[in-house]
Amino acid sequence: MKEKVVFKEKKKPLSASDKVFNVFNYLLFGLLTLICLYPFYYLIINTISANDLSANGLITLIPKGIHFENYKQVLQLSGLSTAALISVARTVLGTGLTVLASAFLGFMFTQEKMWGRSFWYRVIVITMYFNAGLIPMFITMKTLHLNNTFWVYILPAIVQPYNIILVKTYVESIPKALQEAAEIDGAGTFKIFYKIILPACTPILATVAIFAAVAQWNSFQDTLIYITDQKLYSLQYLLYTYINQASSLATMVKNSTGGALNMAAIATQQTPTSIRMTVSVIVVLPILFIYPLFQRFFVKGIMIGSVKG
Amino acid sequence: MAKATSAAKTATPKGSKKNKKLTLMIIPFVILVFLFSYFPLHGWIYAFYDYKPPLPLSKCEFVGLQWFKMLFGNKTQVAQMIQVMKNTFAMSLLGIATSMLPLFFAILLNEIKCKWFKTMVQTLTTLPNFISWVMVYSVAFCLFSNTGMVNTLLQNLGWISEPIKFLDSDSHTWLTMLLWNTWKGLGWGAIMYLASITGIDQEQYEAARVDGANRFQLMLHITFPALLPTYFVMLMLSVANFLNNGMDQYFVFQNSFNKAHIQVLDLYVYNIGMTGSSLSLATAISMLKSVVSVVLLFVVNFVSKKTRGESII
Repeated sequence: MKEKVVFKEKKKPLSASDKVFNVFNYLLFGLLTLICLYPFYYLIINTISANDLSANGLITLIPKGIHFENYKQVLQLSGLSTAALISVARTVLGTGLTVLASAFLGFMFTQEKMWGRSFWYRVIVITMYFNAGLIPMFITMKTLHLNNTFWVYILPAIVQPYNIILVKTYVESIPKALQEAAEIDGAGTFKIFYKIILPACTPILATVAIFAAVAQWNSFQDTLIYITDQKLYSLQYLLYTYINQASSLATMVKNSTGGALNMAAIATQQTPTSIRMTVSVIVVLPILFIYPLFQRFFVKGIMIGSVKG
Repeated sequence: MAKATSAAKTATPKGSKKNKKLTLMIIPFVILVFLFSYFPLHGWIYAFYDYKPPLPLSKCEFVGLQWFKMLFGNKTQVAQMIQVMKNTFAMSLLGIATSMLPLFFAILLNEIKCKWFKTMVQTLTTLPNFISWVMVYSVAFCLFSNTGMVNTLLQNLGWISEPIKFLDSDSHTWLTMLLWNTWKGLGWGAIMYLASITGIDQEQYEAARVDGANRFQLMLHITFPALLPTYFVMLMLSVANFLNNGMDQYFVFQNSFNKAHIQVLDLYVYNIGMTGSSLSLATAISMLKSVVSVVLLFVVNFVSKKTRGESII
């Protein structure tokens, strides 16, 4: 009886109000998606279009006069390659260490045999809820001689309570028998960790990795506060300085390319706007590429996180 | 090492004796936590000194509660603080007022039956969450600066003769900040609700349909109430973070025109501490902020326990 009704329901043609709603709904989300996507599209097409057209705001939908001069010249900007190297290094190293630490601690805190387990767990987790503040952190880094070193990007980010909770919750869902069997076979804690726990935790570690990588790549405040040495600038910080020093940029490029202007057509001549946009694209491109691949992991991650609050 | 621990484990019967070697293994990480989370707290004593950076603290004058008294006593300081608190409250309240948007976003997106379209919307609207605020500012600059796309377009169309100052002005600063925040966070905020929707028991919908409920009634009476617990947790967290707006967003958008309305507490601490060199005053303010935040968190947690029987921390 019930099935019949449901069946009939599905066959029923859409009512007028349903149709109106559907049209409205698709339009709404089409528009929202466009608003999120268009700025990136705009940046990309303008960096590969003729710079004189771009400067006059003529490039809004399709690229015209395609050339890659902007990228060639911007990559020669002094400081850019160093900053890129710094950003890549901190992302790779920082992410690797965060993932390892989160995995190891998340696993260790499931070990009931550990002496003072819940005490240490609380000592670490409670740090999520307070922070000393900007100036005390600055003074601390100075005391530890970490300001103006690369390590200021890495060391404070290694232990992250939230990630540890994520992994711990996940490890708790792995059958205990697995570990017990390995213990009977004489496997030690480290062996159990890398032979059993690490492979079993791949999905949650992917989540942690992507969060950590995005945070490292996007981080900008730490450069602002702890770093004065230009050699240690991150890409984000460099981009920020580029946005703010408008016209001096174009001269910089002209100088660095040794007056390539005379022969180059006006279409490929650098303008402050073209430089800004090109650097922006370089900064955002890794995210654009990596992000769709990892999207499914985020959902899993925040769902596990929400279980624990 | 691994051998030793396994030997220790097999030697001790389960649960009778706790294993200290396991604790030793996590000590390096505990040290890191101590160095970067607990040790910095000692910096709070700078709030009680008149700290002048090149001098070591021991050579600086101990001033007791002078900075705290100044915060509540000195007229210009009080006026400045009131403005900063107004901005902080405005940004947080606007955030809370629009906190239902991701929920509606999720409910409406769930009504879209075309699978690829739904996935595409979800992927692309979450994208802005993963770019930095510097990048957001760069986007804002390319689109809305005096030579940006919008102004050039409007001028080409002959609608305006002078560029509109979107960024270098103090009009609607709070609203603009809210809009950028929404642009960046809306799609991401909806993900959690979308995930909860998939967990709703389908039989509820079918039963309601049998009773003749239409699609809007289903949304209003089944989906919406099912998402409220999640919403409540998010709301509680944003109340607990009332004073923590963060500074990245406001720092990048800050300029001499909009400074009065963009300085939230976190940015103010940076501005007077790192660039204005009143390190002690800045420390005093951030210390008060931390204490108030922790108190807020406990209050919120208490409320949550009383009303829902669940703690959020």
